Amino acid sequence: MDFLQPATWEEALEAKAASRDAVPIAGGTDVMVGINFGRLRPSLLLDLTRVPELQQWDDDDGAVRLGAGVPYARVISELGDRLPGLAMAARTIGSPQIRNRGTVGGNLATASPAGDAHPALLAADAEVEVASVRGTRRIPVTEFYRGVKRSALADDELIAAVRTVPPRGPQQYSKIGTRNAMVIAVAAFGLALHPDRRAVGTGIGSAAPTPRRAPAAEEFLAGELDGLWDSRAELPAATAVRFGELVAEAAAPIDDVRGTARYRVHALSVMARRALTWAWADYRKGDPTCA
Amino acid sequence: MRLSCTVNGTPQQVDDVWEGESLLYVLRERMGLPGSKNACEQGECGSCTVYLDGLPVCACLVAAGQAQGREVGTVEGLTPAGAGSGELHPVQQAFLEAGAVQCGFCTPGLLVATDDLLTRSRAEGRKPADAEIREALAGNLCRCTGYEKILDAVRLAADRMAAGPTTEAAR
Amino acid sequence: MSTPTRTPSGAPAQMTGAGGRVGDDAQRPDGVLKVRGEFAYSSDLWMDDMLWGVTLRSPHPHARIRSIDVGPALAVPGVQAVLTSDDVPGEKVYGLELADQPVLALDVVRYQGEPVALVAADHPDTARRAAARIVVDYDVREPVTDARAALGHPTWNQLHDAPAEVTELSRESANLHPHGNLVRHLKVRKGDPEPTADVVVVGEYEVGMQDQAFLGPESGLAVPGEDGGVDLYVATQWLHVDQRQICAALGLPPERVRLTLAGVGGAFGGREDLSMHVHACLLALHTGKPVKMSYNREESFFGHVHRHPATMRYEHGATRDGDLVYVKATIYFDGGAYASSTPAVVGNGGTMGIGPYVVPNVHVDCYGVYTNNPPCGAMRGFGSVQTAFAYESQMDALAAELGMDAVELRCRNALEQGSETPTGQVVDSPAPVVELLRRLEAMPLPPEVPTGDDVDLRDMPGGVSNTTHGEGVRRGVGYAVAYKNVAFSEGFDDHSTARVRLEVVGGEAVATVHTAAAEVGQGLVTVEQQIARTELGVDRVTVHPKDTAVGSAGSTSASRQTYVTGGAVKAACEAVRARVLEMARSVVGRPVADLRLDGGKVVSDLEGVALPLADVLGDTVVEETLEWRHRPTEAVDPETGQGFAHVQYAFSAHRAVVDVDTELGLVKVVEMACTQDVGRAINPQAVVGQIHGGTAQGLGLAVMEEILVRDGRVQNPSFTDYLIPTVLDMPPMRVEILEYADPHAPYGLRGVGEAPNISSGPAVLAAIRQATGLPLTRVPVRPEHLTGT
Repeated sequence: MDFLQPATWEEALEAKAASRDAVPIAGGTDVMVGINFGRLRPSLLLDLTRVPELQQWDDDDGAVRLGAGVPYARVISELGDRLPGLAMAARTIGSPQIRNRGTVGGNLATASPAGDAHPALLAADAEVEVASVRGTRRIPVTEFYRGVKRSALADDELIAAVRTVPPRGPQQYSKIGTRNAMVIAVAAFGLALHPDRRAVGTGIGSAAPTPRRAPAAEEFLAGELDGLWDSRAELPAATAVRFGELVAEAAAPIDDVRGTARYRVHALSVMARRALTWAWADYRKGDPTCA
Repeated sequence: MRLSCTVNGTPQQVDDVWEGESLLYVLRERMGLPGSKNACEQGECGSCTVYLDGLPVCACLVAAGQAQGREVGTVEGLTPAGAGSGELHPVQQAFLEAGAVQCGFCTPGLLVATDDLLTRSRAEGRKPADAEIREALAGNLCRCTGYEKILDAVRLAADRMAAGPTTEAAR
Repeated sequence: MSTPTRTPSGAPAQMTGAGGRVGDDAQRPDGVLKVRGEFAYSSDLWMDDMLWGVTLRSPHPHARIRSIDVGPALAVPGVQAVLTSDDVPGEKVYGLELADQPVLALDVVRYQGEPVALVAADHPDTARRAAARIVVDYDVREPVTDARAALGHPTWNQLHDAPAEVTELSRESANLHPHGNLVRHLKVRKGDPEPTADVVVVGEYEVGMQDQAFLGPESGLAVPGEDGGVDLYVATQWLHVDQRQICAALGLPPERVRLTLAGVGGAFGGREDLSMHVHACLLALHTGKPVKMSYNREESFFGHVHRHPATMRYEHGATRDGDLVYVKATIYFDGGAYASSTPAVVGNGGTMGIGPYVVPNVHVDCYGVYTNNPPCGAMRGFGSVQTAFAYESQMDALAAELGMDAVELRCRNALEQGSETPTGQVVDSPAPVVELLRRLEAMPLPPEVPTGDDVDLRDMPGGVSNTTHGEGVRRGVGYAVAYKNVAFSEGFDDHSTARVRLEVVGGEAVATVHTAAAEVGQGLVTVEQQIARTELGVDRVTVHPKDTAVGSAGSTSASRQTYVTGGAVKAACEAVRARVLEMARSVVGRPVADLRLDGGKVVSDLEGVALPLADVLGDTVVEETLEWRHRPTEAVDPETGQGFAHVQYAFSAHRAVVDVDTELGLVKVVEMACTQDVGRAINPQAVVGQIHGGTAQGLGLAVMEEILVRDGRVQNPSFTDYLIPTVLDMPPMRVEILEYADPHAPYGLRGVGEAPNISSGPAVLAAIRQATGLPLTRVPVRPEHLTGT
């Protein structure tokens, strides 16, 4: 096994182009578990923690450009207002020690259906900025996940950043775990209300081969809210219930050690209903919620 | 490969490190610092918590090479004047007095996590509430104590650190 | 003999504690080392030229081994030895009670994870890679994975006399072992065999497989000796029972197999059986080099026995007024592939399986069974944790049926001093079951948690995962009481050995206590010092490292060490004291009344004598070694289970308060309260610590902890998916300790460690039941059970 520690983004991309089976490592929260237990033996470990651009976030053309190597702890402390859904998701991840190391870039690279950031990114219409020596491209996050732990990333590409337009409306994030802390999601749900676009964003985690949206639920709710955005009137309870059902219908979960498929479907319907209730209450109060 | 970093304020250099080794393995097996514990090696227990450039992390999830040139702080570095002195850090003393140590395998990681919490809250001129203590220590599993006496110890240390002089932490 | 660079347990001088006598909150003598990160746990041991040993384990729960080719592993550079069962020079099978478990697999593997071969190499990863290259040709067989099916008991036995139906077993399931699939069947028969009652409640219950989940992995260092023997530094619970089994496997006499206790990172029963002990010794003897073995967390799940999963059917009959008339119970413990301590677990499960209640008619059948599931054996609470879920659930169900308060029903039927247990034993020391429950009832309840806009997510079920702001949350309160035998039962010669020395060091009288009793975190080393200080009137007491250079202390299990080794230390101190007082009389030159040791002096208040102990001792070293045993117990009658089986009982009760998100099935335990009679709290702070820790493990089993086994394969061998409570899962706890002396025990003390582990889980279950109105007959309770999904 070789270990390479590029100091610049260009060097990193060149290394990845030269060794396509190189495994990039940032926080190490997935990669090192694989190595420690003998399940992962890459020929080259490509340490991205010394690439300065990856460790930063900035406002770029109306969007937040979150470097792939920014740890969750900073998402929580620095971006609670700009990326509220993601910050709420980040707070549910692992432990303080994990949040000091784990990154959104790593979550995307692993592309586990249980990755905690995904539902928030889906709901917020994020884009993944990936790069190689061939150039840079932006992939809508909805197109990024391609299968269980498979993504749209080519074998010479690295994840540079995630781009998200700061929300004009409230966001919520909920996750089921069978412990009150430090737990992998049994099911997770992200919600973003976009009053500026009169649209709704959703994200479902741990309930299908990939993280996914619930388009029918989004469409239904956008329709129901059509007359309510301006009046900020109370949301009919039946609307929240129906929204929950439609979110659950979008899932395609399996039974595994963490939970049954039936429970996941049920839990999604409850989480989606509650998340909508909270988000709408926030909207009526006129302020986007923060983590 | 060769690895150079600073551990508890002392420059360290080790050779023949296999690239797949974790910082935890290097500390324990190559640098003679076994204080950080190897309970799960998957970031789920916090027993190997160390400071890396001032932030508490799981040493089992840091590839050895990632520590190159960095500052590492371990439980051994919490003890004032390092090993050999008779003194204890206020957090160490509080854990001892409160009965927060049984088998003690989780203790080193908890001490670092607690030191981090109390150093941060003290810098903000306050003592952490119970809910904050619990959230801050949720990554450190203990199988012996049920955590009650650990909470007692953290509160005791918080009181003393608020009252006492600044101590040099390993961070 | 060379010793490890990092030695176990620190130097003896560092184990000298600061002070504290019986009844004080004395601090641990190893505490300073532990908080400084300098305490040498078994996985910390290290020698310059040591090798790393790893184990190749069977991927199959049941298979015949056709052949093993170690050649490819030996070819890996850095590999120094590859061993199989052919290389075991002595007995090839071992076991705590029955020698039925291969040191390394023979012709058949009976569980997933069974050790097959060993590798020693200069780096752990080299050893792991080499082990992966060993070629084992398996003839895979169908595993037997259901305990009742393994016995041919497909249906519940309604008559509780013989299986209702016994099916003929298939060839594969009939003989997992030569003696069949039944490890032990314990029968308890008391009173009328066919009783009738006004009100009858029947329930079937299941308890999942719990893991000890100690944090310190199985590990140790074996150092070959110049005499052809071996020195093993290891984390364990009973050095001498390990030594006996290692000697048999190595074909060496005890004097050539020396064990020293390394630092133990928790045990909870999981270190009673051998793990890497013989393996490391074999590799060290073969290579002539020190060999370290240290399991990672995944291997640890395969490297030790677990708590027996149980399937139980109970029938309770009572009068309309709520007097218990009879209890019938059938209990199946799945012992997995090898016997381990299953016979004793069955003994506890059967003899105490109806709880601390007075019942005139009792009919219990308790079975321990072989299957191809992971081997199960000792875990804190040992056979009593499982049954407590069943009998306490039954008491709640009966109370509901009677329209009676559940605590009232328990108090009405509670065991007390003078009562007769189902095994015909008269309880001959205090049994304050009623007081434990009444005190719990009298404690204030925690306030309701704010919801809505004021919500702190950390107080909610689901925590910061933000699943409820109060929606669907209902509170429940539940009670449970339990009892547990202390020390080894059923006629076992349960003794300990203590060597106590008193001498002058640096002008001051210093005592040294040497026992082989394993310190696993519980604080026995503190207790040993407290007893010596109390009995010898000195401040400085050194605890000698635990090793096999002194006689057996028995196991650190069954809540027994403070009782039995504490008793041995007390007795040895008394023998030393008698000699010192005799010396003092010689110094004075005449008989002196009322002589005692106190404050480093020999004193007589009556005669105004106060001689410095150091002067009395001079250069004389006073040392006494003696064996001490508690009063004998007896084997129970094989047909009726009657007999004086248990030397002492420990009693504890819990009240649990929970908030349940009834829509999502998530649970937040809000408060745990515990009352326990400890006879005499030798170290109150440590006693409370035991109660806290036991409570946490019971709570864990109630709501999250289970090794999931499907077709004989473990599905979650990691801390990612085997969840134990975090600090956000454990609530604040209230503890009240009662001290009703047991006149038969040293200082009147009772064993402490296990009882709170038994009553806490059933209280949590009862509270969840109250919050949800659901029957809940299986633990751990999963969200699926609470939501019908």
